[in-house]
Amino acid sequence: MDARTLSVDPQPVAQAGERPELAALDTGTLRAALTRMHLIRRFEETAEASYMRGLIHGTMHLSIGQEASAVGSILPLRRDDYILSTHRGHGHCIAKGADPALMLAEFFGKENGYCRGRGGSMHIADIEGGNLGANGIVGGGLPIAVGVGMSIRMQKQDRVCMVFFGDGATNEGAFHEALNMASIWKLPIVFVCENNKYGMSMDIALAMAVPNVADRASAYAMPGVAVDGNDLPAVAAAAKLAVDRAREGGGPSLIECKTYRWRGHSKSDRNLYRTKEEIDVWRKRDPIRLLETELAAHGRFDAAELAAIEKAAAGEIEAALEFAKSSPDPDPSQLTRDVYAS
Amino acid sequence: MPAELAAPSVADTKELSYAEAIREGLAQAMEADPRVFLFGEDVGVYGGAFGVSGDLLKRFGPERVIDTPISELGLAGAAVGAALTGMRPVLEIQFSDFVTLAMEQIVNQAAKIRFMFGGKASVPMVVRLPGGSGTGAAGQHSQSLEAWFAHVPGLKVVQPSTPHDAKGLLLAAIDDPNPVLIFEHKLLYKTKGTVPSAPYRVPIGKAVVRREGRDVTIVAASIMTLRALAAAERLAQEGIDAEVIDLRSLRPIDFATIAGSVRKTGRLVVVYEGVKTMGIGAEIAAQVAEDDDVFRALKAPIVRLGGADSPIPYNPVLEKATVPQESDIFTAARKLAGGGER
Repeated sequence: MDARTLSVDPQPVAQAGERPELAALDTGTLRAALTRMHLIRRFEETAEASYMRGLIHGTMHLSIGQEASAVGSILPLRRDDYILSTHRGHGHCIAKGADPALMLAEFFGKENGYCRGRGGSMHIADIEGGNLGANGIVGGGLPIAVGVGMSIRMQKQDRVCMVFFGDGATNEGAFHEALNMASIWKLPIVFVCENNKYGMSMDIALAMAVPNVADRASAYAMPGVAVDGNDLPAVAAAAKLAVDRAREGGGPSLIECKTYRWRGHSKSDRNLYRTKEEIDVWRKRDPIRLLETELAAHGRFDAAELAAIEKAAAGEIEAALEFAKSSPDPDPSQLTRDVYAS
Repeated sequence: MPAELAAPSVADTKELSYAEAIREGLAQAMEADPRVFLFGEDVGVYGGAFGVSGDLLKRFGPERVIDTPISELGLAGAAVGAALTGMRPVLEIQFSDFVTLAMEQIVNQAAKIRFMFGGKASVPMVVRLPGGSGTGAAGQHSQSLEAWFAHVPGLKVVQPSTPHDAKGLLLAAIDDPNPVLIFEHKLLYKTKGTVPSAPYRVPIGKAVVRREGRDVTIVAASIMTLRALAAAERLAQEGIDAEVIDLRSLRPIDFATIAGSVRKTGRLVVVYEGVKTMGIGAEIAAQVAEDDDVFRALKAPIVRLGGADSPIPYNPVLEKATVPQESDIFTAARKLAGGGER
């Protein structure tokens, strides 16, 4: 099946003994989800390697270790639903169905990248695929989501807007303003906080007076739930509840995916604020291996099928890299072409 | 005389205040296009802090004239999100000073989204900002911040001086596929003028010669246009023939009209309410200095009249002394044209 089509399998083959969150997902959906998790992991590793080899400049924010949060949250969305993403947004973009080749071309600053090389890693958008853009400003997408929700309502559509943000963004005023307006107007928005424990170097436990980001939902009279962000079926189950509620007119929800980034904040990070032991603990909770182990235990896929899924994803990213490397650079004479629409 | 300023037949026009003209423009835009809506603090039941929206809530209902919480950042972001997904939002920032709370969304998001996304999205939003001094509201309710936004590629900035232009520039802004900021002047809301009843557009980026003259060019915008015209009448009594240009748009700026006038008069006074230092007068003077023909046409140094390097004070005498008045323009232009004291 096409990795970019999260279609529902007509004949679910849930096995006995599965927990409800897993049993709710048919095998076709799980195959697509696992494929996308591998695509994200490979994409990030390829981006990092390309940077190390001097093939690209700038910086990047890698989401290795957070794949279940991105893919699980987006799993219940339709292609015509919207997402708004963050500076650590490659995973959201792939999860929503973007073409990794066009993403890598953008990362390489090429004319045929998603943003014609004008945006780069922090500003990848896939408008046709419903991704209204990553954002270089912490919390930048939160107020925009309010307007998308208003727009959906005013155009009498049954779409949903899902906005991603990190734990650090929840201390921005934009978080408060956006959740308040979404709630008073009952807008079809799902707020997904990817709590990876650190806002750059600041431990969220030192930056927030309540134990969970999800606790903050009570201030806006909306459901708030904290889930294991490395557990794809758990994330998907929480997201489905929130997406269904939003689509049916029940208003917004806040989901907190507790997860961890394996890499530093960006390329300047020397990991002075955390220990190797802490990183190792989280690496043992690799969201991809956790899912594969569970799927194999319940007979959804055998070892050969799992290996084939990973290999196919690796092949796709390898082809994407070749595409990016061979793509043309933008023409400097076209520098100001898209400053204004005409 | 440009076509849009030609006097239509009396039957097709009426005398409206600047505020009424804006209201009529808003109503006509909402009647013509279901995507247009007005939102902001106290724009509904209250009718707007300066009475601009008036009865629009009664006429269009609470889904299109939306009272909002006091959340300028969130509101600016909501305008971005709605514009990005098919709506034509018009946001009123109650006092232009409060736009400082919304800078992130206007400068980082609205202005840059089209460019950063490689021209694949547009943000057709309008922000209305009542600005200027003269109401005794002191330092945080009296500023003229338009030059800040004229510094940002991706934004358009206009400053109507008449009821005619207030309506025509609003309708042009709503049609425009880019973010447009309209700096209205609080002292102008009650000024009256002839306004065509039918919808019409005043082109963004076109200045207008309000008074033709041979001896000195006075470039102004917003309320300074009225003061410049009054000063020009007094100058005429002394035999000095001043040409008065109303900029109407700051970004894009119509340098061709300024250049044509300065080539003729050889003398230039630029008058604006914003702080003089690093203001729009500096840009206009620099463009004149950079243009070989226009620079060589100068018979005297350029004069800038702008706001003092001071916050707007409360005391009415001090407040008037902070920004250019008619007598300041008269004195400066007379001196420049060689009249009075040398």
